[in-house]
Amino acid sequence: MSSYVGDAAKAPKFQTAAKALVQNTQLRHNVKRATGVIRNKRAKVVDEMPDWEQLRDSGHEIKQHVMRHLDFYLEQFETNCKAAGGTVHWARDADEANSIIVGLVKAQQAKEVIKVKTMTSDEVRLNGALENAGITPYETDLADLIVQLGEDKPSHIVVPALHRNRMEIRQIFLDKMNLSELGDQPEDLAAAARNYLREKFLRVPVAISGANFAVADTGSVCVVESEGNGRMCVSLPRVLISLVGIEKIIPSFQDLEVFLQTLPRSATGERMNPYNSIWTGVTPDDGPQEFHVVLLDNGRTKVLADREARETLDCIRCGACLNACPVYRQTGGHAYGSMYGGPIGAILTPQLQSMEHSQTLPYASSLCGACYEVCPVKINIPEILVHLRGKVVERGDAPFEEKMAMKAAAWTLESPEHLEMARKLGRIAQRPFVDKGVISHLPFGLDAWTRTRDLPAMPAESFREWWLKREKETGV
Amino acid sequence: MSSAREEILERIRDAMGGSTPSRENDYAAIPRNYVRHGSLDAEAKLELLVDRLHDYGASVFHAGDGEIASSVAAALKARGKSSLLIPRDLPRAWLPDGLQFFREGSNYHEVDASEGVLTDCALAIAMTGSIVLRHSAGEARRALSLIPDYHLCVVFASQVVETVPEGVQQMKTFADIPITTIAGPSATADIEMIRVKGVHGPRTLDVILVA
Amino acid sequence: MRISLFITCYNDTFFPQTGKAVVSVLEELGHSVEFRPAQTCCGQMHYNTGYQQEALPMMRHFLEVFRDAEVICIPSSSCVAMIRDHYPKMAAASGDAAQKLAVKDTLPRIFEFTELLVDHLGVTDVGAFFPHSVALHPSCHSLRSLKLGDRPARLLNSVRGLTLVELEQSEECCGFGGTFAIKNADVSTAMLSDKVRCLLNSGAEICAAVDNSCLMHIGGALSRQRTGMRVLHLAEILASRNKQGAME
Repeated sequence: MSSYVGDAAKAPKFQTAAKALVQNTQLRHNVKRATGVIRNKRAKVVDEMPDWEQLRDSGHEIKQHVMRHLDFYLEQFETNCKAAGGTVHWARDADEANSIIVGLVKAQQAKEVIKVKTMTSDEVRLNGALENAGITPYETDLADLIVQLGEDKPSHIVVPALHRNRMEIRQIFLDKMNLSELGDQPEDLAAAARNYLREKFLRVPVAISGANFAVADTGSVCVVESEGNGRMCVSLPRVLISLVGIEKIIPSFQDLEVFLQTLPRSATGERMNPYNSIWTGVTPDDGPQEFHVVLLDNGRTKVLADREARETLDCIRCGACLNACPVYRQTGGHAYGSMYGGPIGAILTPQLQSMEHSQTLPYASSLCGACYEVCPVKINIPEILVHLRGKVVERGDAPFEEKMAMKAAAWTLESPEHLEMARKLGRIAQRPFVDKGVISHLPFGLDAWTRTRDLPAMPAESFREWWLKREKETGV
Repeated sequence: MSSAREEILERIRDAMGGSTPSRENDYAAIPRNYVRHGSLDAEAKLELLVDRLHDYGASVFHAGDGEIASSVAAALKARGKSSLLIPRDLPRAWLPDGLQFFREGSNYHEVDASEGVLTDCALAIAMTGSIVLRHSAGEARRALSLIPDYHLCVVFASQVVETVPEGVQQMKTFADIPITTIAGPSATADIEMIRVKGVHGPRTLDVILVA
Repeated sequence: MRISLFITCYNDTFFPQTGKAVVSVLEELGHSVEFRPAQTCCGQMHYNTGYQQEALPMMRHFLEVFRDAEVICIPSSSCVAMIRDHYPKMAAASGDAAQKLAVKDTLPRIFEFTELLVDHLGVTDVGAFFPHSVALHPSCHSLRSLKLGDRPARLLNSVRGLTLVELEQSEECCGFGGTFAIKNADVSTAMLSDKVRCLLNSGAEICAAVDNSCLMHIGGALSRQRTGMRVLHLAEILASRNKQGAME
């Protein structure tokens, strides 16, 4: 029984993927523009909140509290959901979740399901499992639809098709929706999606959703969205299945007062997103008459067990860290090889896989701290990145040359005598490469720096040497 | 699947390893220094709501207590419509003469073919321009305010709170019933970050504000 | 006041002139500077790259060297951040009570260079003369860990002849990030190209910062691309005098 995160285990190293993506000028342009727009919107609606920092503090503390009592709250949620007519299933890992969900769909003799955006379903590769069982899943979130029809992968937590421009989207719709003509304005494309999906909303009897929040003291589930496809999927079909990571639990309905303020402002830069749907179990005469929640572990309990990285689970999937990240801005989400990209992806993806895969992700950061600054639940991502780097090294998975270089550096920095010795050697070794005090080229694969930057030559006299000389000369 | 359940709970307990403080005390200790109550007077509160409604493109019709029906007529005229679906228990007094109103009970395709829907609401939140629907038998089941392309909603001034915490406080009292919060017509910015209104939910939202 | 200088390993090796400038500024203000030659490194590079075990002896050594120093001045905000943000945790994890106490005792006596001048010595005008246009790059550690705020700008604004120029998107990381610059050289260079573009747009002659680590990276690109712009540590600007003064 092992946990996996989509196809992250097979993804190339971050550096390798990034190298190609950084040269994709269309992508970089799209990503820069998109993240810039959301950042500006976010800044505006956050600046108008005099209690923003207090909301962040409370959000952080509520989530930390839940993690300390997760067993209690999961059981409380289950009790309340069941009392309202829902059924609660537990899945230890991705395969188990898929097996449960496929079974539930098959029990309806359904050949199609409509889906609301849920990254958790990408994590467990649900669509593949459904298709293998002869069931067709239809993504109904516009961006997920674009990604699905384009046979592509999502590149951002909140705006998954951010790497596509309108002409690319238009072509995808023309090809896959069997349209003879289609305008190229965003309104035309949205209208095409509305028509394509509407007949499915009104007809398909089974829907699969995720959840932004699962409320323990009422047994309610909350879905936060903008387009209306969420409302369609959770209130029209006969059967609703919600796949919910165990970390989505919040203790009390009242706690929504914090997250319903911080999530929309962080995610899309709005005071409130267009639609929130909150329901509890089954309501006679309104909406699904069968409601199933599948609570998913898939590595989350492992993250919980790591005290220093536990707050990774506090994440409310707002995507603000992606928009703030100067690394993400240069590469987009595909470089991370996971539906969870950007700063949160760099810590969540490897941990869900017990640090066996995606080991280059904790290094995909200059530790600038911009993510921590914008996180609505104050996850100290830079600290966790460094912690995970320690785990990579501890496992012995660091590159060999790096290990040797670090060993040599540690020896050098052990004492001033070693430092001076290394400096003396360095001054000799650098001679062939120095021209007027500048080194512009280094040999033998040492050129990661000098490929794009000059390096100052080591001066003939270190500060220490200067000081000691001065001391001797002045007798001070 | 009791064994998966037991295993997951066991993993959680192992992960926490050792005693944790009493849950109730721990929960009570969570700092809550954010704004939990509004400070605007009634008039300013309504002004804020109207401002936010306009911000997301909703038209607002102001009505006195006995003027709801005439406002409904005015809204329909402005939108070029002559009929609306209504929930089973919507007050008859709200319905103007000369126009058609169909009580719910329709199937999805009939709802889809309608010109729009008229509902009341549970409350409204001024700061975010949110309208909260409580979907009990007395108000509309969810499909009714979702499928039509036009939603006309009656909001009483007495139903308006200023802040989200105050709104959630009220929602808590009917949390056993489905709830939908609305803050604008459906929208997406998935295409080049350009905001496009009206994807799946009603593309036009109008409000009759009764003061 | 007797100010103990922690020069930092990379300043010692690559940028001794920054250390000389710090000494000059402090001595001009009438203080005496001491330099404890046993010092080496704060351990940041190893710690941040995941070699946390290797950083422990460096921490121990640092605390030992500066045990009874009255005031410790460090012209590198990333090293100060390393010590402030991580030494307490490292000491606690080591289980060594003496270490924990040493950290607790030493931390309040540590100042980044501009913190020392503005907060501890109460000085913003050090009598410098530097008739050039300067753009200030706020390194990430100075901005987000130390929250230096406007201290560097206030010091530069008091320099006679100096024009401080606006830098667009100044809060964006330059892409150095320690070993990140090597391990993720492509992304590091992409980030750097944005920073260089903003710097060139500012029209300034010089890019200044309180960290030579960023400046080594930024200066490396400014030089490689023959931009005609150069980098300078803030301390060296503050140490500049006119012809009547001591240093140029």
